[in-house]
Amino acid sequence: MNSRKIFYLIVSFFLFLLVQVLILKNMVIFGVVFCFLYVLYLLLLPLEFKVITMLLISFIIGISVDLFYDTMGIHTASLLVIGFIRNQWIKIITPTGGYDEDLQPTFLNMGFGWFLTYSIPLFLIHHFLFFSIEMLGTDLFIPVIQKTVFSATFVFIISIIVQLLFYRRRRGV
Amino acid sequence: MQRIFLFLYRIRAFLLFVALEAIAIFLIVSNNSQQGSAALNSANQLSGSILNTQSNVLDYFSLATVNKALVDKNANLLAELEKFKRPADSVYIELDSVLSASFQFKGAKVINNSIHHSQNYLTINRGSAHGIKEGMGVFNEEGVVGRVKAVTKNFASVISLLHTDLLVSSKVKSSEVFGSTKWDAADPKRAKMLYVPRHVSIEIGDEIVTSGYNAVFPEGISIGKVINVQPGKETNYLDITLELSTDFTRISYVYLVENNQEQELDELYESSSISNE
Repeated sequence: MNSRKIFYLIVSFFLFLLVQVLILKNMVIFGVVFCFLYVLYLLLLPLEFKVITMLLISFIIGISVDLFYDTMGIHTASLLVIGFIRNQWIKIITPTGGYDEDLQPTFLNMGFGWFLTYSIPLFLIHHFLFFSIEMLGTDLFIPVIQKTVFSATFVFIISIIVQLLFYRRRRGV
Repeated sequence: MQRIFLFLYRIRAFLLFVALEAIAIFLIVSNNSQQGSAALNSANQLSGSILNTQSNVLDYFSLATVNKALVDKNANLLAELEKFKRPADSVYIELDSVLSASFQFKGAKVINNSIHHSQNYLTINRGSAHGIKEGMGVFNEEGVVGRVKAVTKNFASVISLLHTDLLVSSKVKSSEVFGSTKWDAADPKRAKMLYVPRHVSIEIGDEIVTSGYNAVFPEGISIGKVINVQPGKETNYLDITLELSTDFTRISYVYLVENNQEQELDELYESSSISNE
C-alpha cells in the first residue's frame, strides 16, 4: 500500500460519490431501475483490506450518499452488510491457485466469470436490503423484488462498462 | 478475564459491524418524525450548496416549462383579481378582519427532488434567513407539494406529498365531504383519500382540494381528481383513488404558505386534546 495507491483510492471515492449524487440519482428508469453504482467502489477495494477498514469505508460512503438522497441511514445500513460479508465471500469463491496479494478485484484482473459470481450476489443482497427497509410499513412486496432484480442487473452492466472504460488490467493498482 | 478480552478482540470486526449498524438504524428511526434536525439531510450547508450549484446548471433546461407555468398562474391570478374589482358606484364594507390576512406566502426554488422512494423529500433554496419555518405548507401552481420538515440557515427540507407518513386534510370541492389524503407508495401520480364513510356518494371526476381545517394550507388548493371509488375491503370507509394534480416529476418553483394563526389553533386543539393532522 503505497501513497500513490491511497491517493488513487481517495480520488476515486469522491468521483464515485459525485457521479452518484449528481447524475445517477436522477437516472431512474421506468421507476424500477435504480443505479447504485457506489456499491462498485466498495467491491473494487483491494483484496488486502481488512473487515474493519471495509466497515469504516462503507459507513462513510453510506452516510454521504444518504445525505443527498434524504434516506437517512438506509443506504448506510444496507452497505454495512456488504462491507461486512465481502471478505468472507471472497474467501468462499477463491479460485484454484488463490489470489495475488494487493490485487484489485476488477473483472479485468480476475476474469468475467469470477467477477459475475463475486458481484451479483452482493449487488442483490444490498439492493434487497435497501428496498425492503425503504418499503417498510407499506405492504408492497412485489415492487421490492422487481426493483431488486432489475436494479442489480443494471448496476452489474454499468459496472462492467465503467471498468472497461476507467480501469486498466495490471498487477496491483 | 483475559480470555473474555481475547474473545472480544477476536470478534472485534463483528462488534464494530453491530455498532455501526445500530447507528444506521437509529438514524432511520429518528428520521421518521415529521419535523426534525436538519443536520443530517440534504438541507445542510455542504450538500445544500452542492445541490444548489447543480440546480443552477440544470435550470436552463426547464426554463420553457417554468415560464409557461408562470404565465398560466398569472392568467389565473388576473382572472381572480377581476372578481374583486369593485364597480365605482358600489360601497365596500369589510366584514371580519379575522378572515383576511391570516396566510402569508413566500416563493422558493426546488434544488433536489425524489419521487421513486416510499418516503420522498424535496430540498428548497430558502431557509430560516428568509423566514421559512418548520411546518409551513408547500404548493405550486398545480397543487399541493408537501410540508416543511427541517430548516437550516439557507435551505429547507420538505416532506413531499409522496411520503407514506404525510396526511393532508382534504375535502371534495363540490360536496364538502372531508377526509385525509395519503400516498400509498405505489405510483407517483396517484394517492388515496382516507376516512370517507361508505354512505357518502362520491363521483369519479370529483375534484379534491385542501380543506383548510388543519391550518397548514389555506382552503381550496387543488390536490387531485377522483379516478376510482370502491367500498373498502377491510374498513368501513370508501377506498378512493386520486390522480394528483401536481406533476412531481417536474417541480421547479414552489410557494410556501404560513398561517399566522396556526399556533393559536394548535394550542386550542392541544388543550381540548384533539389530534390535528
